[in-house]
Amino acid sequence: MSILTLPARHLASAYAPAWNARAAIWFIAPWLLPLSLYALWHLGAEQGWISPQVLPPPSYVWDTLSELTTSGDLWLNLKASLLRVLVGFAAGSLLGLILGTAMGLWRPLQAYLLPTFNALVQIPVLAWLPFVLLLVGIGEPLKYILIAKAALVPVTLNTLQGFRLASPALREVAHVYGYTRRQEVVEVVLPLATPTIFTGLRLGFTKAWLSLVVVELVASSEGLGYLIVYGRQLFQLDLVMAAVIVVGAIGYLIDRLLDWSEARFIGARAASRLGTQGEAP
Amino acid sequence: MSNAATTTHGATPIPLDDNGDTRRWRGLVLPVVAILLWWALSRAELVNSALLVSPGKVLATAADQITTGKLWRALGASLTRELTGFVIGTSAGLLLGALLGVSRWFNRLVGPSFNTFKQISLFAWIPLISVWFGLGDTAKVVFLSLAALVPVVVNTCDGIRSTPKPLLEVAKVYGYTPVQTFFHVVLPAATPAIFTGVYLALIYSWLATIGAEYLLVAGVGIGNLLIEGSEHFQMDLVIFGMFVVGLVGWLMNALARHVERRLAHLRGAAQ
Repeated sequence: MSILTLPARHLASAYAPAWNARAAIWFIAPWLLPLSLYALWHLGAEQGWISPQVLPPPSYVWDTLSELTTSGDLWLNLKASLLRVLVGFAAGSLLGLILGTAMGLWRPLQAYLLPTFNALVQIPVLAWLPFVLLLVGIGEPLKYILIAKAALVPVTLNTLQGFRLASPALREVAHVYGYTRRQEVVEVVLPLATPTIFTGLRLGFTKAWLSLVVVELVASSEGLGYLIVYGRQLFQLDLVMAAVIVVGAIGYLIDRLLDWSEARFIGARAASRLGTQGEAP
Repeated sequence: MSNAATTTHGATPIPLDDNGDTRRWRGLVLPVVAILLWWALSRAELVNSALLVSPGKVLATAADQITTGKLWRALGASLTRELTGFVIGTSAGLLLGALLGVSRWFNRLVGPSFNTFKQISLFAWIPLISVWFGLGDTAKVVFLSLAALVPVVVNTCDGIRSTPKPLLEVAKVYGYTPVQTFFHVVLPAATPAIFTGVYLALIYSWLATIGAEYLLVAGVGIGNLLIEGSEHFQMDLVIFGMFVVGLVGWLMNALARHVERRLAHLRGAAQ
């Protein structure tokens, strides 16, 4: 860890390492922290510094993880979780797109609806939980509703924000060119709004995934969150950690996937947007 | 998260775009109609009234909670936790974020690990935290600090890294030391982003407070109020709890926006 003590001035040149040892350290640097933490964990368990009840050794966790995959328990719970998040996200984002578009295109609706919407946004998913729980019980609808709500908020707000990006000046130009209202929306407003809407969908999916875990922790009898709670109740921390690893890995994969599709999608959109702006003057 | 002007982070409301329209009353129509409808429905007793409590019952519960001091005890406990976690998480986040932003080597060492950690849903940590720190206030404050830490680190690091290159070159030409550059060039340029991070930390730690009280059930707090209501099928208590949670969130939003405006004003005056 002597790298940390190097004076800051030398670090500026680190992007173009002058010699190979430095390049090698630069290359492996991201692995140093997780590997040393892992080694410490392993060593701590081996030497009996920490009781396995408090922190099970890594080998236990890997065993549990492989047992979960081979016995099929993991896939069963994963399937339940993914189904919930997909149904909830689909419903919430569809409603959010409709709501955001309607408020974006029709100002009176925004004036009537947005303040109430903003007020309801202040109440987090966890505070809605007891309310919805009393209304619909502890079954699947509870999960769908709460996940949908989590996705709905960012999708609605970003869609609305996206529509606002089309400035009045730009719409005036469209007007001067004799665009119909429909042409104006399809050819001017929508292309400008798309990247922001996509960001909303992305945020919506992240929120949906987070809420899934929360809802399953509080009220479920299957799913990844349930695995965590179940492990905690039996004091099987290896099961808890294995499930946390799966939750983290899936969250990471989803994030990568959305990153990639956003870059592709918005990359293409940005080009077409430049095209539109190029024609306007 | 870098473009604060166009994204909403999904957690914060966006203001009404009314172009100076004075008909602000239009926003009140929907809530008033909803409350009237609610009142009428509960009066007509068409639906199972154990769940459909009347607005009057909610108000009575609210009055009871306020006058007996239950509300203040719960709110006091929740806010103390929230602020403790917020202060610890934000301080650690500022330090970590600044290091990640300033030092390429530190970023290379810690950045990827931090980004991986960030991916794991914070709530998934709660069962582990409960084993390591119990169900009391320590565990809750640890969890809240983590919740506040993440947005501060991300935004501080982003803000520092997006200092305009020409500014850094000017500082170099003037022969600023790294410390001078940091305090006179980098920090002012990064302030808006850092503020966004702190603002999000305040909101996130409030959400996490409810979560922590929900999942680490011990002691008093607004979250416990909600649980009590749902366990005893007391819809009035649940609705009142939701209202309090929403109101506190709204007040925090308003406070942060006010401070942000003041800061922007001060910056404008200084230049």
